[in-house]
Amino acid sequence: MSNTVLVIPAYREAGRVGVIVRAALGLGLDLDVLVIDDGSSDRTSDEARQAGASVVRHPFNLGYGCALHTGYCHALRRGYQRVLQMDADGQHEAAMLPRLIAGLDQGADVVIGSRYLEGRAPEASLARRAGTRLFAWVATRWTGVRITDPTSGFQGLSHRALASVVNDGFPEDYPDTDVLVEHHRRGLRILEVPVRMYARLGGTSMHRGARVAYYGYKMLLTLLLLPVRRATPLRQHDTVARLS
Amino acid sequence: MICLAPVAAWLRDLEPLPERQRLVALLIAGGMVVLIFELVRRRKLREEYSWVWVITAAGLALLALYQDLLLTLSQWVGSSNAVSTLFFGALLFLLALVLQFSVRLSRLTHRHRTLGQRLALLEEEVLRLRSKRAREDENLPQRLPDDRDEVA
Repeated sequence: MSNTVLVIPAYREAGRVGVIVRAALGLGLDLDVLVIDDGSSDRTSDEARQAGASVVRHPFNLGYGCALHTGYCHALRRGYQRVLQMDADGQHEAAMLPRLIAGLDQGADVVIGSRYLEGRAPEASLARRAGTRLFAWVATRWTGVRITDPTSGFQGLSHRALASVVNDGFPEDYPDTDVLVEHHRRGLRILEVPVRMYARLGGTSMHRGARVAYYGYKMLLTLLLLPVRRATPLRQHDTVARLS
Repeated sequence: MICLAPVAAWLRDLEPLPERQRLVALLIAGGMVVLIFELVRRRKLREEYSWVWVITAAGLALLALYQDLLLTLSQWVGSSNAVSTLFFGALLFLLALVLQFSVRLSRLTHRHRTLGQRLALLEEEVLRLRSKRAREDENLPQRLPDDRDEVA
C-alpha cells in the first residue's frame, strides 16, 4: 500500500472513469487510486474496478462534496498520509498530478491546481466566469494567498489538511472557497500550481442552470457566517477511525 | 345578482348565529383530536409529532368556547376584526411548523448522509477482506481426499 491515494469522485461517468484511472496508474507514481461512485446507475463502479481502482460505492447519490468526504474518511481509515483528488469527467489531466505532489513535497498542506495561472482555460459561461472571479478575489483577500481558481477540484492535501477536512461541517454540495478559507483559518499552508484543464468529455456539470445562482447564494451565505458559525464537531469518529 | 341572492340570504341567516359557528369549530377541533389519535394508533404518526396538532385542536376549542379570548387577542395584535386575528395566528403557526420541519429535515439529511457513507465504507471493507481471504485460501496446501483430521 502506498502512502498516497488519488480520490476520484464519480457520478454516472461510465465511458470516462476507466480512461482516467488507467491514465493515473499509467504514470508509474507511487499511489493508490480510489473511485467514489456516488450512487451511479451506470457501469461507473465496474469500469473503475476493471481499470485497477478500489471503489467505494454510495448506496444512493449524496453529492460531490459528500463523495469527496467519503474519500477523505477512507484515506484516514486506511492510514494514507496524502490525498490527491481529481474529477472523473476528463477536465483534469493525470499528467499534472506530479505538480500537486511537488507542491506537497515543498511543505504545502493544500495544493490547488489552477487553470488560470498559465495557458488557456476552457470556455465557461459568463455567470460562471463572474462567480469564479468574485470568489477568487474573496479567497485571495481572506487568505492572503493569491488564489485564482477557487473552484478547482484538482487538489492535493497533506495529512494535516486531511485530518482537518474530516468534520461534520464539510460541505455536501460545493466544497470550494469556503473550504479554502477554513483551511486558512486552521493555519494550513495553501499553494496554487499551474495545471492544464480541458472541457468535460461528457456527462452533465453540477454547475448548470439555476444551480449556478444557488451556488452563488450558498457560497456567500457560508462565507458571511463563517467567522461566527459554531465550530463543527468531529462526530465522524467511527467513520474515520483507523482500521487495525 | 339574482343567482347570488340565495347565498346572501343564507349568509345573513348564519351571521346572527354564533352558536352554530361555535359548534362547527368545536366539531372541527374534536375531529382533529380523533384523527390524530387514530393516526397514532395506526402508527402512521409518531407521538413526537402529534402533540403540536393536539395543542392546535385544543386552542381551536378554547377560542370557540371563549370568544372573548379571540377579541382580546385581536386588541393585543391591533387587528380590526377577529377573523383576521384567526388567519394571522394560523399563518404564524404554519410558518413555525414549516421551520421546525426544515430543522428536522436538515438533521435527518446529515444523519442519512453519514449512514450512506458509513455503509459504503464498510461494504468496501467487506469486499476487500473477502477477496484477501479468497487469495489466502488459494495459497493454502490442498487437502487430499483421504486426509483425516487427527482426533485426540
